[in-house]
Amino acid sequence: MSDIKLESKVPPGPLPDKWDEHKFAVKLVNPTNKRKFRIIVVGSGLAGASAAATLAELGYEVTMLTYHDSPRRAHSIAAQGGINAAKNYHNDGDSVHRLFYDTIKGGDYRSREGNVYRLAQISLDIIDQCVAQGVPFAREYGGLLDNRSFGGAQVSRTFYARGQTGQQLLLGAYQALMKQVSLGTVQLHPRTEMLDVVLDDGRAVGIVARDLVTGAVRSFSGHAIVLATGGYSNVFFLSTNAKNSNVTAIWRAHKRGALMANPCFTQIHPTCIPASDDFQSKLTLMSESLRNDGRIWVPKEFGDERPPHLIPEDERDYYLERRYPTFGNLVPRDVASRAAKREVDAGRGVGPRQNGIYLDFTDAILRLSRSVIGERYGNLFEMYERITGDDPYSVPMRIYPAVHYTMGGLWVDYDLMSNVPGLYVLGEANFSDHGANRLGASALMQGLADGYFVLPATISDYLASILGTEPVPVDDPAFTHVEADVQDRVDRLLAINGSRSVDWFHRELGKIMWDNCGMARSHESLDKALGEIPALRDEFWSDVRVLGEGETLNQSLEKAGRVADFLEFGELLCYDARHREESCGGHFRVEYQTEDGEALRDDEHFAYVAAWEHAGVDKEPILHKEPLEFEHVALAQRSYK
Amino acid sequence: MKVTLKVWRQRGPETDGGFETHEVDDVSPDMSFLELFDVLNERLIAERKEPIAFDHDCREGICGSCSMMINGRAHGPERGTATCQLHMRKFEDGAHITVEPWRARAFPVIKDLVVDRSPFDRIIEAGGFITAPTGSAPDGNLILIPKEVADASMDAAACIGCGACVAACPNGAAHLFTAAKAQHLNLLPQGQPERWSRVVAMVDEMERWFGSCTMHGECEAACPKEISIDFIALLNRDWFKAQFKQRRLAGQVA
Repeated sequence: MSDIKLESKVPPGPLPDKWDEHKFAVKLVNPTNKRKFRIIVVGSGLAGASAAATLAELGYEVTMLTYHDSPRRAHSIAAQGGINAAKNYHNDGDSVHRLFYDTIKGGDYRSREGNVYRLAQISLDIIDQCVAQGVPFAREYGGLLDNRSFGGAQVSRTFYARGQTGQQLLLGAYQALMKQVSLGTVQLHPRTEMLDVVLDDGRAVGIVARDLVTGAVRSFSGHAIVLATGGYSNVFFLSTNAKNSNVTAIWRAHKRGALMANPCFTQIHPTCIPASDDFQSKLTLMSESLRNDGRIWVPKEFGDERPPHLIPEDERDYYLERRYPTFGNLVPRDVASRAAKREVDAGRGVGPRQNGIYLDFTDAILRLSRSVIGERYGNLFEMYERITGDDPYSVPMRIYPAVHYTMGGLWVDYDLMSNVPGLYVLGEANFSDHGANRLGASALMQGLADGYFVLPATISDYLASILGTEPVPVDDPAFTHVEADVQDRVDRLLAINGSRSVDWFHRELGKIMWDNCGMARSHESLDKALGEIPALRDEFWSDVRVLGEGETLNQSLEKAGRVADFLEFGELLCYDARHREESCGGHFRVEYQTEDGEALRDDEHFAYVAAWEHAGVDKEPILHKEPLEFEHVALAQRSYK
Repeated sequence: MKVTLKVWRQRGPETDGGFETHEVDDVSPDMSFLELFDVLNERLIAERKEPIAFDHDCREGICGSCSMMINGRAHGPERGTATCQLHMRKFEDGAHITVEPWRARAFPVIKDLVVDRSPFDRIIEAGGFITAPTGSAPDGNLILIPKEVADASMDAAACIGCGACVAACPNGAAHLFTAAKAQHLNLLPQGQPERWSRVVAMVDEMERWFGSCTMHGECEAACPKEISIDFIALLNRDWFKAQFKQRRLAGQVA
């Protein structure tokens, strides 16, 4: 398939007019024809639930699948800090243009100007929509919406609902979705996992899924397929993602022809609770909003084992405030994470395993009082205490970076359609808006922008072109072949009956990825990973032990399928990381750094989106490039000093 | 640490279940309760025994997937804590721990510790929403909401839908869940237009599946988000008022 042409379809014209002009240019489907179209939405997080609800409100017939027992459980629910919007309610100089600029700069100039400007414009409508649905955002005493500031910005534009913003936004979208379920416009299939995409004549026409309770493999046919299946952080095994989050849906689509863009752009979140032992099953994030009031430091002395309160002020190094006086503790995530790694690698780490740094609230409590801090961060402090047994009101938190979010994903155009006609990708599953690094409180913004506003406006352009066609019947060979593939794979996994558990392989893969393709990467380490992953994959397919049957709930079998896909995907991630010979955002190559250890971009050679085509397992993927053009922002070395 | 686990095993909804006993050595106090199950499951797999099925996902106490009765208490001994956030340091060395699935007729067992909680979705479907089609909203600051009101609404909205309230209730009632979901919306100005129809529809649906509330208060004690039983009083008040308000809508002045 060397004839792939990557057209971003970003409309011409001045930035502020692009989206309006585009909405006018797309073909529409009239209300009576909308109900003739069936759209399949996979995933019920912010992007999937908001898209399904809105498409159903418009009159389309929607089928929604989720592997959870209820759509309300998707991992969007765990987002703590907030959602950005350029409302300028604080009169502090914010604007759509500033949010656009901050996002482009924060993404280290690896995203499309047109997409990001649209995101900043839509951010205003998202807040209004969520308030109308009853999301209980924090309020000032006068009844107006409250804001806080977040990393990578010098204005207060983050809206929040205590430390549970993701939960509240997701419940808003879920409730809108359930209303449509009650009206019969959305068919809901919980505990159902998508395992493949069906193409007919080059178009996406359906999916094949497995009922996780009965094990039945069945097909769903539709006019368009929407994947909103989240990110792939769990390729590292230890991450802040939920245990079930996986790459399967987008990887299966990739293997059927959809291009995977910038998979090496992975975000390491600076404020997570450090791993405490080898049985650790996941890492827990502490909201970035804590950096508003917490001060980050390490002892100046190497291997200083005194408890923190016995280390005098002049023997502490507040290294972020020292190195980045302008942004201080609020530098973007990638900068904060690398700085923490530098301190720990140098031997100044704290805690029993010397794998953390301090996040200290003592000054904030003195300045604002314990009750104000409790009101802002109480639930986070409780969560920290529950996990570690330490009370952050009296002992500084210990934190360390962990894999948290993935900017890469399936390639999409301005309409959010992949290179496969009829296949749309939303939210974290696509690559679109965050470039090489996502700013805090922007994931919720993007997921809801895609689902509430972008897809519902763009999907009609494609549907109008196939008006009058019926969905391909599920007994068509296009479907039965894929169903047979899926069933065969399930049977193979159960038949291996080897000696090692699925989790063992997942942990091994995670170690390879973290050690060689984590916070710092080199040509040498990536070569090493690219040698080790295929060997581990071969071992998996000959020695994994999946017990139980295929006809009942079988969680080992579910995990095995997901880990099998991670074992292929991890290799692509390393290929991408090896080819990108520059450091930018979340991708840090040790060969490319400035004298003081900052990321060194190479705009001359790498200002493009790397979109990879699948050439077969065990074959090197094929690179396609979408050049990035910057007309409105001057490319500059990022500086937060 | 060393613990002895007595765990409920059940192959499917139609089959009988029973307890199975496992001793686990080398338990670290820093381990979470679900990590204890991870370790046990790894051992079972090594012994060619099928691992124990249990629902879990975020392991941060927010998704509401985890659902274990631990020594007869929903989510175990620690107040305001979901199973995934419960750590072994809260147990004594040598402890005997009995683990069962949620006990409620409305939540049938699917397998081992996994139950079907879909009746909660049916309650939301019945009326647990504010009708606000995308694109129709006014500016967020046009609707003034006093801080106390937003805070009270948020107190209710913190519900994670785990079902501990039902599992803890001797009647298998879902009043705390329904109250939290209804009052989150009924307290807000945006929720007023549908307030009376909402409460009636949600309560009707709830009563199709769940038992009656006799104010035992077990639900509040079991709730991992410590949602107050006061919301049940507000639910009852709104339901009662709705009987008149609804009649007035029908032209029959009360």
